[in-house]
Amino acid sequence: MLEPVKISLEALNLATLMPMLIAVAGGLIILTIDLIKENLHKSLYVMLTVLIILIDMGATLGLNVNDRGFFDVMLVDGIAIVTQIIILVASALFIPLALTSKRFHEYSYPEFFALFLFMLAGLQFMVSSDNLILIFIGLETSSLALYTLIALHNRHNSFEAAVKYFTMGALAAGFFTMGSAILYGLSGSLELNQIADALQARMIEPGMLALVIGGASFLLAAFAFKLSLFPFHTWAPDVYEGASAPLAGYMSIVPKIAAFVVSMRIFEMFIKLNVEWVQTSILVMAVITMTLANIMALVQEDVKRMLAYSSISHAGFVMAAIAIATTKSNSAVFLYYGLFMFTNLGAFAMLWVSRHKHKVHHARFDHPYEKFAGMINIMPMGAVVMALFMLSLAGVPPFSVFWGKIYIMSSAVDVGMIWLAIVMGINSAISAYYYLKLIVYMFLKEPSTTITEETVYYNVSKPLMTVLGLTVFATVASIFFVDPLLEYITHMVQVSGY
Amino acid sequence: MEHILSILIFFPLLAGILGFVVDKNSAKAYGISVAAVEFLLSLWLWASFDTTNAGMQFGEFIPLISQFGISYNVGVDGISLFIVIMSALMTLLGIILLDESKIANMKNMIVSLLFLEMTMVGVFLSLDAIIFYLFWELSLVPMLYIIGAWGGPTRVYAAVKFFLYTFAGSLVMLVGLLTIAYLYHLEAGVWTFNLLDWYQLDLSVGLQFWLFLALFAGFAIKVPMFPFHTWLPHAHGQAPTIGSVILAAVLLKMGTYGFVRFSLPLFPDASVQMIPFILTLSVIMVIYTAMVAFAQKDMKQVIAYSSVSHMGIIMIGVFAMNAEGLGGSIFLMLSHGIVSGALFMLVGVIYERTGTKIMSEFGGLASIMPVYATVFGIMLMASVGLPLTIGFVGEFLVLLGFYEVSPLGTVLAGTTIIIGSIYMLTLFKRSFFGPVTNEKNRNLKDLNARELTALLPLVAIVVWLGVYPKPVLGPIDTSVKKLLVDMEYKARTPEAKETIISLQRAKEEK
Repeated sequence: MLEPVKISLEALNLATLMPMLIAVAGGLIILTIDLIKENLHKSLYVMLTVLIILIDMGATLGLNVNDRGFFDVMLVDGIAIVTQIIILVASALFIPLALTSKRFHEYSYPEFFALFLFMLAGLQFMVSSDNLILIFIGLETSSLALYTLIALHNRHNSFEAAVKYFTMGALAAGFFTMGSAILYGLSGSLELNQIADALQARMIEPGMLALVIGGASFLLAAFAFKLSLFPFHTWAPDVYEGASAPLAGYMSIVPKIAAFVVSMRIFEMFIKLNVEWVQTSILVMAVITMTLANIMALVQEDVKRMLAYSSISHAGFVMAAIAIATTKSNSAVFLYYGLFMFTNLGAFAMLWVSRHKHKVHHARFDHPYEKFAGMINIMPMGAVVMALFMLSLAGVPPFSVFWGKIYIMSSAVDVGMIWLAIVMGINSAISAYYYLKLIVYMFLKEPSTTITEETVYYNVSKPLMTVLGLTVFATVASIFFVDPLLEYITHMVQVSGY
Repeated sequence: MEHILSILIFFPLLAGILGFVVDKNSAKAYGISVAAVEFLLSLWLWASFDTTNAGMQFGEFIPLISQFGISYNVGVDGISLFIVIMSALMTLLGIILLDESKIANMKNMIVSLLFLEMTMVGVFLSLDAIIFYLFWELSLVPMLYIIGAWGGPTRVYAAVKFFLYTFAGSLVMLVGLLTIAYLYHLEAGVWTFNLLDWYQLDLSVGLQFWLFLALFAGFAIKVPMFPFHTWLPHAHGQAPTIGSVILAAVLLKMGTYGFVRFSLPLFPDASVQMIPFILTLSVIMVIYTAMVAFAQKDMKQVIAYSSVSHMGIIMIGVFAMNAEGLGGSIFLMLSHGIVSGALFMLVGVIYERTGTKIMSEFGGLASIMPVYATVFGIMLMASVGLPLTIGFVGEFLVLLGFYEVSPLGTVLAGTTIIIGSIYMLTLFKRSFFGPVTNEKNRNLKDLNARELTALLPLVAIVVWLGVYPKPVLGPIDTSVKKLLVDMEYKARTPEAKETIISLQRAKEEK
């Protein structure tokens, strides 16, 4: 007969679960409100969601660093906390974008906000665990919610995007389980730290390396899907195009930073085990990703697709930092995403501001370059704001992305990979071309006759302006808060042992 | 005043931001006032500058990203002082010359110019590599807009080419800067981008070589050295007058200034090692572009190429490794700024009147516009380096200094004076003398008050510094000598010590 399981409540350390539980509870509250009274205005749900995110943030900030809990599957280390903070800040900036002046289908459902909070909980589980099963559950919870959020946009290419993302995601999930299964077979454990120990002990056995590489390849493929790395990046532009602009911006940041943290946990384990193959292939993928995506972005006719490719390229940049695997490069991942978040969300929010229900400018695209022609004459502030985002993305100092970029380049130089730093530099120069293209359209071309303030400033509302203001401020003033931010991040990464 | 340098850098920025509010019709007056205040501030800096002190003065230091060693760190010495004053002066005169009836959207122009002024002053005053890089890159943005918005028919192509070319080069430079910081970290255990700390860094000759090349990529494109000069004729050809003036007078100097401030003192051995390479490129650049200038039909292109050709002389002087050559090249940077700036202004004046810059359209202008012809003549003489003009002093010193390095090279570089006078005098003859070939030109008006206000100060400076350059040469010389002493002290190889002729050695030999 099985012995009854005896566990005291303190040993569970439920405090580690608090942030996720808050998000889940918040989602349930929203569903309950909808049950009690129908047809409430979206602003109610938006504000509730923001409040729940803020409470969640409070709980996250209150976590003890390097705490384990819940049968030891939860691991709240420094990077888990930093990632959760980034995720929550991005979410708090994202949700108010629902308050457009025009009505959009998805926001009329309270389920949108409930799903969003469930997704948040999934992502938070995913980043604060080193147990492969919990990571998988978190990954799938968040992904399934995200597929639905995309489809809720209710346009046929949104459905296409959701289905595409779903099938790709399912494939990636398959890869992930295969990889995990191999690691489990080799080590008899699902906890990353125990896997590392077990593999370390067996590394000298003949044929072991091939099996480890096999497991690593499956995991790498799974995360390459999530991070849209070459050659698994093909879904990204279509999905971004199909999703609503703010959601596309959100997808380029939040699920990615979560996947980066998990990759950091998994692949640095392999790198520390001296499986050089992993490091080499990540580097190769990263370099091809940033270069190829940059070249593809050059020929795009639609700003949103251009930004999609540019996000892929930025992901390639950051993936290279994971391959470098030093404390500095790992801190650079968070610094980069912490700063990139504001700029990229802001750029997508600018697209959202100018979004129409119908395609008025182009038969195929929502945001062709022509739409922004001569914007400086029609709405100077909007043009300047968008130009600031573009310059920041191109890596022009002193705007936010530059600091992340030099930190990654510098960490590449530190480990002697000067070639990598130069490749990054050249890629920044290539990328400058397509960012400039938008600036050229906005500042140097004559506006087409059909454009008036209404056509470009279509969706604008006070909440959108507030979000834009915050992102612009963070982009421009980054030089003043990089110092404390970097100090905090480096501290957190160090205590986590990366 | 403690913070004069910060005021000099950020006053135009603040004025630029506030300038968004100023009414369109008052924008030019606003621009002139701000630029005049900035110029007066720069003169004040000169007045309070201690000319006997060779080191950095008025230094300010505020840590920005302490963990990574980035700090706001500015200072001025004899080398940068006059370039800053020249930048402020050229911006002021350029704004004065703007024609309100011809320039659409004057407010945007003024705001961009003020931002540009901030970045220019910032580049020359920064003593932190990252802050230097920051201003260096930022300077591209307003220039992109100025060329792209107010330029000629293919302005967008020219503007984007200008941006991408320089941006690509400077990213390689950035990798070089990051590597130096890393090497400093290895040696000293702390991160810093402070240039004055970097000067203490002792690098192996091999490392110096590669780092020199990395920084060369950034600086050489900006200068622009042959064969990286192809962006410049496009940019000049399409840029509006004000754009060409600032580009030729100030932006190109960032490249040569970078060599003086970074490459020479950081990598003395590599610099000496690279002398043959640089000199070959420079001599080719001097002669080749001078010949190309001779073949041009467009007046502005003649001046653009002649400006490149003279930048070659500056490069030769920088790498002459002695006080005459280096001091002369810094003086030549100033005179080149003033003279080529003035020439671009003059071309702009005639272009505004006739809508063409092709030389064959003109002829006999001297009889119609005598004052214009006189000013043009003086600037032209200064450009070819006639004695008693500003151009002579620098060019003579450079060639004198360079003679000690390579007599043959001096002869070759000296031909520029001959070729230069050939194409310049041809230009002058074709456009100004002879009968009036184009009937349309008969009714051209001579220089008006606005144009005279912009040009006469430059004429005065050309003559003043041509006759009596000492007030400017003195402080330059002091700082240059210190630079050479530091370089010789730091150099590792005997060849380098041999080549760098500092003041101390000169004294010992006597």
